[in-house]
Amino acid sequence: MENELKFHYMVHTSLDVVDEKISAMGKALVDQRELYLGLLYPTEDYKVYGYVTNSKVKFVMVVDSSNTALRDNEIRSMFRKLHNSYTDVMCNPFYNPGDRIQSRVFDNMVTSMMIQVC
Amino acid sequence: MEAAAGGGCGSGPSLLLSDGEQQCYSELFARCVGAASGGQGPGPAEAARVASGTASAAAGPVADLFRASQLPAETLHQITELCGAKRVGYFGPTQFYVALKLIAAAQSGLPVRIESIKCELPLPRFMMSKNDGEMRFGNPAELHGSKVQIPYLTTEKNSFKRMDDEEKQQETQSPTMSPLASPPSSPPHYQRVPLSHGYSKLRSSMEQMHPVPYEGRQPLVQPEGTSFGVSGAKPLRHQASLIRSFSVERELQDNNSNYPDEPWRITEEQREYYINQFRSLQPDPSSFISGSVAKNFFTKSKLSIPELSYIWELSDADCDGALTLPEFCAAFHLIVARKNGYPLPEGLPPTLQPEYLQAAFPKPKWECALFDSYSESMLTNQQACDLNGMEKTSVKDMADFPAPTQDVTGDDKQALKSTLTEALPKDVPEDPATPKDSNSLKARPRSRSYSSTSIEEAMKRGEDPPTPPPRPQKTHSRASSLDLNKVFQPSVPATKSGLLPPPPALPPRPCPSQPEQVSEAELPPQLNRAPSQAAESSPAKKDVSYSQPPSKPIRRKFRPENQSTESQEPSTAVGGPASGATVKPHPTVQKQSSKQKKAIQTAIRKNKEANAVLARLNSELQQQLKEVHQERIALENQLEQLRPVTVL
Repeated sequence: MENELKFHYMVHTSLDVVDEKISAMGKALVDQRELYLGLLYPTEDYKVYGYVTNSKVKFVMVVDSSNTALRDNEIRSMFRKLHNSYTDVMCNPFYNPGDRIQSRVFDNMVTSMMIQVC
Repeated sequence: MEAAAGGGCGSGPSLLLSDGEQQCYSELFARCVGAASGGQGPGPAEAARVASGTASAAAGPVADLFRASQLPAETLHQITELCGAKRVGYFGPTQFYVALKLIAAAQSGLPVRIESIKCELPLPRFMMSKNDGEMRFGNPAELHGSKVQIPYLTTEKNSFKRMDDEEKQQETQSPTMSPLASPPSSPPHYQRVPLSHGYSKLRSSMEQMHPVPYEGRQPLVQPEGTSFGVSGAKPLRHQASLIRSFSVERELQDNNSNYPDEPWRITEEQREYYINQFRSLQPDPSSFISGSVAKNFFTKSKLSIPELSYIWELSDADCDGALTLPEFCAAFHLIVARKNGYPLPEGLPPTLQPEYLQAAFPKPKWECALFDSYSESMLTNQQACDLNGMEKTSVKDMADFPAPTQDVTGDDKQALKSTLTEALPKDVPEDPATPKDSNSLKARPRSRSYSSTSIEEAMKRGEDPPTPPPRPQKTHSRASSLDLNKVFQPSVPATKSGLLPPPPALPPRPCPSQPEQVSEAELPPQLNRAPSQAAESSPAKKDVSYSQPPSKPIRRKFRPENQSTESQEPSTAVGGPASGATVKPHPTVQKQSSKQKKAIQTAIRKNKEANAVLARLNSELQQQLKEVHQERIALENQLEQLRPVTVL
């Protein structure tokens, strides 16, 4: 329970970093912007990665620092899978954007991804 | 298994079982579990899939066993309550053993209480009669010629062991043999006992049993009857169905439909209904329904949004935000099932997969647009023949139930189909409906148990809101304000058929177009003048018609008696040319009878009216087009303005 709160806090603070990165793009056109933002914020325990979609939806991933086997490519692929699942969730007309995602398919995908990594 | 296993299994009173008892009980339990997952075939594999971790026996074979103990129904009821099966919702090992102990206690005359099982008890007796359920447990009557003796362990052990061997042989044959052996008198009594144990228990057990039958293939036995797992009510139906319509089932055993998941199979009537609903939302059966349209439609079913969201997730296989016809049918069927109380499955059942449904929807049926001709198309279509035959007989099976099983109250599967047969005979054409109508009447009293969410209500609710919008074929697709039908109806239908194709078929008319655009108001007076002028200017009009591009060859059909020149006249029918026409005497015109002239005049009048309407329509559409253009420009401007802002 405590951990959850800690993670929430971490994600929240990393949002600022995300915004910073996006604004750092300057006046460049939207198309040229990379979706994957890379390592946002390394702490001693965790590494935080960011990803933002074209519609300004932000994905933030918190990974254990001890897990050194994780490479950048893997993180990118994970974000890509997340993005795909997210679009699938969006396709559901009963889903209101902004709600908490309750899709079983999405949850299964996320769980399997996390298990894979651990 | 040690005695400790009884207590180690969790809830329920702690048991002390002697060795013999342990053995018997575990054998019985294994048999029940084995039977639960289908009897023949990979028993252990199936059992492993049943319920998380610990195997649990389905209510059906357990009920058989209990009944075989010859105890009265109330006692059995008490026993099931006491053993905790009702509480947890399934017969786990603990519950089963406790139940067996209680049966033994009851048979020895002790009151059915938890305390009774603490003392040492004889093994429970199971009377074997020729009933098909008990065949699984062997027939010691054959072995011993009498009731199995009570107490002592060795004899019991032996008998059970021998029964085991026999049963192993019998089990492999039992699925096929059981239909043969079961006497018709048993079902009523049969049904009552397990059902009185509470449908709620069976329903809660459904949650666990759901995953089981989707893999199971039952090539020998009628698919709809044998999957013990799917719903607790199913094994009961299995017995009754086997008994009742044995001959019918025998023919159907070799069907291609090996899926045992009964509630997820779409019957013909349901399918037709779904197709109809699809058409009301989207006239073209081979294209999609968009997400928002489907959302509105399904929201009318009054299910909660998360459930609808989940159903969508299941049914939209390609995740494109739109539903094709098979996807729509699957979704609709899931909604219907949910409204009838079925819990939603973890994954899309095989019978609801789009590929399966698409195979079941042969193309010729789709192209046959008329719903009424469904029965003929079904009969003629070879592909659907088996399905049809099976569905019809399966529904017939269903319908046969009401007769013997009057006291069945909890059979939801029957309720599903019976309420369907109730509701759908309204929709279904006469042919398949007639055998079901009589049966559906019998089925009516039984559906009360499900009254809160009967499919009838669901369908009615579904029916009421989506009243099909007026078909756009006869009206202009964009001019909803103008009902061209009303304009055209009073006129002669023969001539109007040429106008029904959409107005773009009207070629531009250089001569009359100018006066038309200028003053539409002049047309009515012109029309009025037309009849009076008709006699005089009919030759003129006809001559003018030469200068008009020949636009409506269709109309010529309806003027067989007239010469081709005269047939061109109704196609023009413009008031304008009456004024500016060159007059050339036409010999043939003068030979026309007055009747023909009048007909021509009325035709002219109607056509002029039509022209006026179309001209008005045209101008309105032009207006709309301009407005839309402006809107578009405005939006583009906005976008331009916003663009730099979004880049931050």
